[in-house]
Amino acid sequence: MRLTVTEVAKSFGGVPVLQGCSLVVEEGELAAVLGPSGCGKTTLLRIVTGFEQADAGSVRIGDREVTGLPPEKRGVGIVPQEAALFPHLTVARNVGFGLPRGSRDRVAECLELVGLAGFGERMPHELSGGQQQRVALARALAPRPGVVLLDEPFNALDRSLRVTVRDDVRAALKRAGATAVLVTHDQEEALSMADTVAVMREGRIVQEGMPASVYATPHDLGVATFIGEAVVLEAYSTDGVASCTLGDLPHRANGATGPGHVALRPEQFELSEVSGLSGPSEPDAGVHGEVERVEFFGHDAAITVRLDSGNTIRARTRGDVPYRPGHRIGVTVRGPVLFYPE
Amino acid sequence: MSATRASDRVRAPRQGGGRIPAALLVPSLLTALLALSPIGYLLVRAGEGGLGTAVRVLSRPRTLELAARSVGLAAVVTVLCVAIGVSLAWLVVRTDLPGRRAFGVLAALPLAVPSYVAAYTWVAAVPDISGFTGSVLVLTLCSYPYVYLPVAAALSRMDPAMEEVALSLGRRRFAVVLRQLRPSAAAGGLLVAMYVLAEFGAVSIMRLDVFTTQIYTSYRASFDRTPAAVLGLLLVLITLLVVVAEARTRGRAAYAMRGSPPRGRSVIRLRAKGLALAWSGGLAALAVGFPLVSIGYWLAGGSSTGLDPGELGAAVVATLGVSAAGALLTTALAVPMGIIAARHRGRTAAFLEQSSYAGHSLPGIVIALSFVFFAVRYAEPLYQRSPLLVLAYAVLFLPAAVGAVRASVLQSPPVLEEVARSLGRRPLQTVREVTLPLAFPGVLAGAALVFLTAMKELPATLLLRPTGMETLATQLWTETGSGAYGAAAPYAALLMLLAAIPGFVLGRRSVKEMTAP
Repeated sequence: MRLTVTEVAKSFGGVPVLQGCSLVVEEGELAAVLGPSGCGKTTLLRIVTGFEQADAGSVRIGDREVTGLPPEKRGVGIVPQEAALFPHLTVARNVGFGLPRGSRDRVAECLELVGLAGFGERMPHELSGGQQQRVALARALAPRPGVVLLDEPFNALDRSLRVTVRDDVRAALKRAGATAVLVTHDQEEALSMADTVAVMREGRIVQEGMPASVYATPHDLGVATFIGEAVVLEAYSTDGVASCTLGDLPHRANGATGPGHVALRPEQFELSEVSGLSGPSEPDAGVHGEVERVEFFGHDAAITVRLDSGNTIRARTRGDVPYRPGHRIGVTVRGPVLFYPE
Repeated sequence: MSATRASDRVRAPRQGGGRIPAALLVPSLLTALLALSPIGYLLVRAGEGGLGTAVRVLSRPRTLELAARSVGLAAVVTVLCVAIGVSLAWLVVRTDLPGRRAFGVLAALPLAVPSYVAAYTWVAAVPDISGFTGSVLVLTLCSYPYVYLPVAAALSRMDPAMEEVALSLGRRRFAVVLRQLRPSAAAGGLLVAMYVLAEFGAVSIMRLDVFTTQIYTSYRASFDRTPAAVLGLLLVLITLLVVVAEARTRGRAAYAMRGSPPRGRSVIRLRAKGLALAWSGGLAALAVGFPLVSIGYWLAGGSSTGLDPGELGAAVVATLGVSAAGALLTTALAVPMGIIAARHRGRTAAFLEQSSYAGHSLPGIVIALSFVFFAVRYAEPLYQRSPLLVLAYAVLFLPAAVGAVRASVLQSPPVLEEVARSLGRRPLQTVREVTLPLAFPGVLAGAALVFLTAMKELPATLLLRPTGMETLATQLWTETGSGAYGAAAPYAALLMLLAAIPGFVLGRRSVKEMTAP
């Protein structure tokens, strides 16, 4: 069902944690709420589940206003950080906890959904961390809740395990057709898993949209640096062109003029070799600098370049680059950049 | 990501899903009422005689004499316990005393000797010892673990770097360490003072007149119970002063003990090893060895002198019966309170938790006395019937039971209860299906502890037991009172056995922690 959070406010002991926080998640959609530590995302989640009462604003699930309802009447499934399976119950009884007695078929169906058919008689401590997390998901999905909330569900897992569990969880949610909200501080997780991303900062949702569009057109400098990497440089804009230490670069913020900052994605930089003889005046090589550091990741590499102007940039290139620290190279920029006026 | 969670929690104190459910709140409030009723009733009763009676009782020279003797006894025993507790802790934790692990266990063992059993063993062996000296001897030997245990824990968690810095600055080691031990030694000492003030069995066997024994005598001797009530209130007042002082130091002591030392401690080489061995060994012999030998002697030599096996059997059955009933009731009352204490914040929750500690700070004889008053006045059919005794046990042992429930509920994360709520369970269903099943082992351990403690209880049992019923404790007290030491021995042996179980477990656990290199 569609989840609508409208203008929710909450403060603890006079300290505002949420202020006018609004969020819409369409039916069947997987939305990620992404924000740094202490931005209020856990509080938002606890207000949707009913474990905290909002000071102002409303929460609707489908057509039903649930703002004042206790947690057990809301039909909100939760998948907590450390799975939190009931240690005294078998896997099957965990999954069946929210179902009427004797719902064996539904339990089997949900275990099947998360790829754990046949695990029903095990005890939680006999499962791996990833399996526990999938049982927690099956348990949350079993009563067909209007919304499923996942609170940093992959945190407790090993890095190597995280990617596969992530895929399994997304697949299960999609197969169940569930409306889901994933709360996380991990932008890679949010961007790769979710249909939409809501970026949260200081108790507000500052931007909501598809992962690609949030990445391509961040609302402000803060979002630009929080979502993905960005090189930020001082600039001055006139007529849709930002002048900065990298030259005159076309930007998307059409009307904006005056002083501000440009933000460039690491993959926007193109590096080229500069022959020792040619001076800084060589036409196509752009701005010159010296390679400071090369980080090799296999399929790609990150190259830190100290420009002659004194600024430092970090560029992403293919893995098979010939550059070494100390090499002189030229830097050009591909595509329009992001410009944010002061 | 624990950083987010932690900071969120600081800002968002957990309300445990909001209001306290009525099904927990109502029984808890009734329990709090029960726990606080002795004080309330004592106030009413003492007030009834009018201010005149109160002033008359209080201004009697006899009252002053009793007050001076009770406080004096508490002071002397406390000082001795601090000296013994600190020195033993130092020897066991920090030095190369031979056999220090064994001494560590032995030093905690006196906790397992009920003070009136110890008093019996001394009086039976050395009849001349009774009075102030005998009381000091017995109470010191039984109570010094209350100082030894916290001080040893503090010593073993002390940061050695602090000591080394002080040494490098030319200060003496002992002065520095002593300063750091002050909070835990003070907390332990005040606990000793509290127990001595409330002590009944040992002093009455030693025939020393103090507050508690005088309350008993004046309750027995006259129909006018106002003097007993006034004396009871005065004793409560003195005890409360000690409780407040103890609560104050406890916070700081706990702080000093938090965390584990960053690295191993250096072991201090003893110069006077023989002296240290004699000290530790002598104390162990007096506190643990002597009672065992004395009981063994009377068992072997004197059991023929008038032991009635039927009487012993009846006492065992009666003891088991009232103690089991007491443990069941206490645990049942403690469950709602313990859950509230673990999962809810706010004024109501704090009031409920604190009210449960009334039994901890009120002397047993005072609680028993107020129950007698109440029954005689309002519930005559209950007077000298076992339900009243069981109720008194509940008040006395509620602190231990609430503590056990609270600790075992705290062991499972609240998120499990939140998951249950999100899956459609109401608060009370959540308690029944998640909280309680998970806390069950801890609750059961708490009930067992109450059961064992109730079997050793003396003053309340003495006042409230049904006519004709004797428990192990009352029978030991009676036989000792009439000089039938041989007949008392089997009771003493059984009581020691019972008491040894939790004491041994406690002692072993803390020694394992503290002497770990």
